[in-house]
Amino acid sequence: MLLLEAWQFIVEHPARFRDALVTHIALSAVALACAIAIAVPIGVWLSGHRRAALVAITTANIGRTLPSLAILALVMPVLGTGFLPSAFALTLLALPPILLNTYTAVRQVDPDIVDAAKGMGMERRQIIARVEIPLAVPVIFAGIRTAAVQVVSGAVLAAYIGGGGLGDFITAGIAMMAMPQLLVGAIPATLLSLGTDRLFGRIQQVLTPRGLKAA
Amino acid sequence: MKWLLNNWDQVLVALGQHIVIAFTSLAIAFVLSLFIGVWAARSERVYRWAIGLSGLLYTVPTLAFLAMLIPIVGLGRTNAIICMVSFSLMILIRNVAIGIREVPEEITDAARGMGMNAAEILARIEVPLALPVIVAGLRIATVTVISVAVVAAYVNAGGLGTLIFNGISNDHAAKIWVGALTACALSVVADLSLARLEGWLRHRAA
Repeated sequence: MLLLEAWQFIVEHPARFRDALVTHIALSAVALACAIAIAVPIGVWLSGHRRAALVAITTANIGRTLPSLAILALVMPVLGTGFLPSAFALTLLALPPILLNTYTAVRQVDPDIVDAAKGMGMERRQIIARVEIPLAVPVIFAGIRTAAVQVVSGAVLAAYIGGGGLGDFITAGIAMMAMPQLLVGAIPATLLSLGTDRLFGRIQQVLTPRGLKAA
Repeated sequence: MKWLLNNWDQVLVALGQHIVIAFTSLAIAFVLSLFIGVWAARSERVYRWAIGLSGLLYTVPTLAFLAMLIPIVGLGRTNAIICMVSFSLMILIRNVAIGIREVPEEITDAARGMGMNAAEILARIEVPLALPVIVAGLRIATVTVISVAVVAAYVNAGGLGTLIFNGISNDHAAKIWVGALTACALSVVADLSLARLEGWLRHRAA
């Protein structure tokens, strides 16, 4: 019954639902893209700089323990409300898993393979691009997957700081104790999150080099 | 800062509530996971199902989870605790099962040879040896639960999230800062103490 009413709400407010869904996806995509653009290069760089790595990894580990709502809430007094502050907070949320996985991924590349590449006459740059990165990609992508799910889930909370998205229906639904409206936000947000996990899991499989799958 | 000095009692109450709901949820989740995890350690099929289902729960956005429970259990602590237990199950079950599986077969064989029955082997050999891995899971679960509990304030479960939400709706930055930073501090302290415990257990096992 409740589900039917929720569906009715979507049918009656198609534009509102579409806007929220689009905002939600845009918010998540922007944040994830920024986080990848920042964390992957830094992670790769850190793998060659031990001392800097220690500081960065410790910071990232602490960052990973911070509650997502706390991060969103802390951004608000500084940057205000709206789409960009929310995207910024979600980017912060996505950085630690990607950074940690990138660092671990590059460090875990078998030194023997790197030696072999060196023996074949590859330069440092070629080794990074053609040996280390392809071997590290599956692990890096595992981090991206974790971050993606976190960001899509976290974007629900963006409603609190005026970021829009599906969370708007949930907060409005709770405020008015309107169950159907609450589900209009909650169910699609859940599906989006599960879908993201699936999608990235699939990509992760495709990106795993054939040589590693056999092992 | 001034606000904190004048309202520290309010902050302490929120912190206390936060710890109580987080701890209750962890205790419930831990007991459940111990049973399911031990079972899953023995059977690959149970493991796949348990991880599949609890993994599904783990992926649901926190606020969406709390919201979907409202038509069923209403607002309040019960709602928050169900949500928090669901979120920690995957991590705990996985680590209990993996920890027990990693116990070398020679050790359990030797225990059997000494005349221990299955229950004794579980309680006196397998669980103690799996403890470092189990505590590692508990550590991640604790951080997750503390984070979820912040959002749970929105369904009237109390805790530090209350300060954040009040701060947001009254545009009172000091409240937001205090609520958010206290929640962060609690998370970091819990993580570090459990890391200590984990390190000590590993050291003792080695």
